[in-house]
Amino acid sequence: MNAPLVDVRNVSHRFGQTSVLHDLSLRIEAGSYTVLLGPSGSGKTTLLSILGGFVVPTEGNVFIRGQDCTAVPPAKRPTTTVFQDYALFPHMSIGKNVAFGLRMRGVDGATRAERARTALKLVGLADAFDRRPHQLSGGQRQRVALARALVVEPAVLLLDEPLGALDLKLRRQMQDELKALQKSVGTAFVHVTHDQEEAMALADHCVVMNEGRIEDEGAPERVYSQPVTRFSATFMGESTVISGTVTDFQSGMITLRTPVGNLSLPGEATPGSAFSHAIRPEHLLLGEPAGAVGLGEAVVGDVVFQGSFRRVLATSKRDPGIVFLARLATGSPVAPGDIVAVSCRPEHIIRLKD
Amino acid sequence: MRSLAKILSTVYALLLYGFIFLPVVVLVLFSLQATQFPIPPFTGPSTRWYTAVLADLRLTTGLMHSILVAVTSSLAAVTLGFLSAWGFARFYLPGSAFLRGLITLPLTVSYLIIGMGLLVLFNWVGIPKSLVAAGIGHVVINLPLCFAIIYSQTGDHQVNIERAARDLGAPEWKVLLLVTVPVMAPAIFASFFLSMTFSWDEFVISFLLTRFDTTLPVEIWNLLRSGLNPKTNAVGSLVFGVSIVLVVAFELLLFRRKQS
Repeated sequence: MNAPLVDVRNVSHRFGQTSVLHDLSLRIEAGSYTVLLGPSGSGKTTLLSILGGFVVPTEGNVFIRGQDCTAVPPAKRPTTTVFQDYALFPHMSIGKNVAFGLRMRGVDGATRAERARTALKLVGLADAFDRRPHQLSGGQRQRVALARALVVEPAVLLLDEPLGALDLKLRRQMQDELKALQKSVGTAFVHVTHDQEEAMALADHCVVMNEGRIEDEGAPERVYSQPVTRFSATFMGESTVISGTVTDFQSGMITLRTPVGNLSLPGEATPGSAFSHAIRPEHLLLGEPAGAVGLGEAVVGDVVFQGSFRRVLATSKRDPGIVFLARLATGSPVAPGDIVAVSCRPEHIIRLKD
Repeated sequence: MRSLAKILSTVYALLLYGFIFLPVVVLVLFSLQATQFPIPPFTGPSTRWYTAVLADLRLTTGLMHSILVAVTSSLAAVTLGFLSAWGFARFYLPGSAFLRGLITLPLTVSYLIIGMGLLVLFNWVGIPKSLVAAGIGHVVINLPLCFAIIYSQTGDHQVNIERAARDLGAPEWKVLLLVTVPVMAPAIFASFFLSMTFSWDEFVISFLLTRFDTTLPVEIWNLLRSGLNPKTNAVGSLVFGVSIVLVVAFELLLFRRKQS
């Protein structure tokens, strides 16, 4: 089996007394688009800085193309970074900005200019060569930063919340362009974000981080449909989480005692063990008896109109600590104060690890 | 009432500006005097005293010395001030605030004390009284100023720009030369011009630390010992004119910086 392009092995990091990464391992395959998703303080930016060489981890190693790069400075490793604030050189023209990395590698002037033009064309800014950074819009500067980082042909391109400073519409547009760009150049991208929609749209490999650990990783479809932990079930999209204890296991069916009643689900477990289960909002059925698994009755609280759907919060009558989070069609007749039966289909109840 | 307040405040402003600028106006006015004495009535305008200044070898030599000392000492002060400001801004030092305070402390000490201290020290070390000694004195008084100006303009937004340069393969000296210095150029040039201004008309330290070759302010003082005449006014006006140019250059640079 081939070694992965980037192999992060048992990395821990502390800033002074604060521990930000705990024994974290991650493999990044060549040509993949990896998204590090997590809330602020989850260690995702620190991990990116370790990949870029700006931070040397307290423990553990980083291998890039099989070489130990743990303590190799940024200038000497095959990675380049697109910074959140773009960090373009304000005193240089766009062409000189893009050519800077080639200049540092001793490439001659004519070749530099030619390759910088090609890179600018790649990001759709062929005519910006002689302009200055302050003459460009945020989205254009973003593209220049991309061209500048890509022109030196890095093994891995690191993107630190690259779309964070853009407005929503431009962000969605840049998302599509980033994905297309990554497919066309074939370079491995590692992208840090706290926006789960961005993560789902971009990632081949989605890494959900929390408190310095990887909670879950895999294809975004898998992470969304089968989240492993409570955190990834609630951070990568929303979920209703219900905890319960297994009381019985017979012929492929378990009986689970939960605050909202006994549930009978397909699965395997030893009686006495405790599990949490997550249900995605679009899988909760309110006021319809159709679901095979009844979750009791609930009082509808907030109903929030969100365009194509309505987000409904309903508090369980059996346990006020449980709030069902459902997504209903705009036309469905649910109003605050209604008492509705809650149910869902057994295959939509996701068992979590913790 | 309102018009009275307006009149009073206008009068106050005129008095205030008069108080500040009248000495300079008188100096410049009587430098254009056509006769021997810089006292009323005004007999000019005439440029005869300016011609006399430019024909005076001691004054023109002093002028060249002043320019030499101002340029070299300012270059040294700016270089050292920039490097220390960059160091304080980018690296963690224990007791950073205390050390920064210590660098800027000479700003509060009188030139006389600094000059005397240097005189004793140079005597002890064996550095003779010279333009070099005066130049070193000017670095001592201007370095804290350059440091303070440049340090105040170092911001966190430049950190990522430097990181980007490193990330793209630049060794540290190229990061400084190709990125940090150009990005901070306005602050660097502003502190250079201010440093030039202070060195240009500095008297006490130059007086204490030079002997045969000396700077223009010391030559003017020598000239003044033989009494006032329009020639001293003319050379004083020249010094003032150069100072104005330097200060305007400084203000323009710092002002443009704030706009961008």
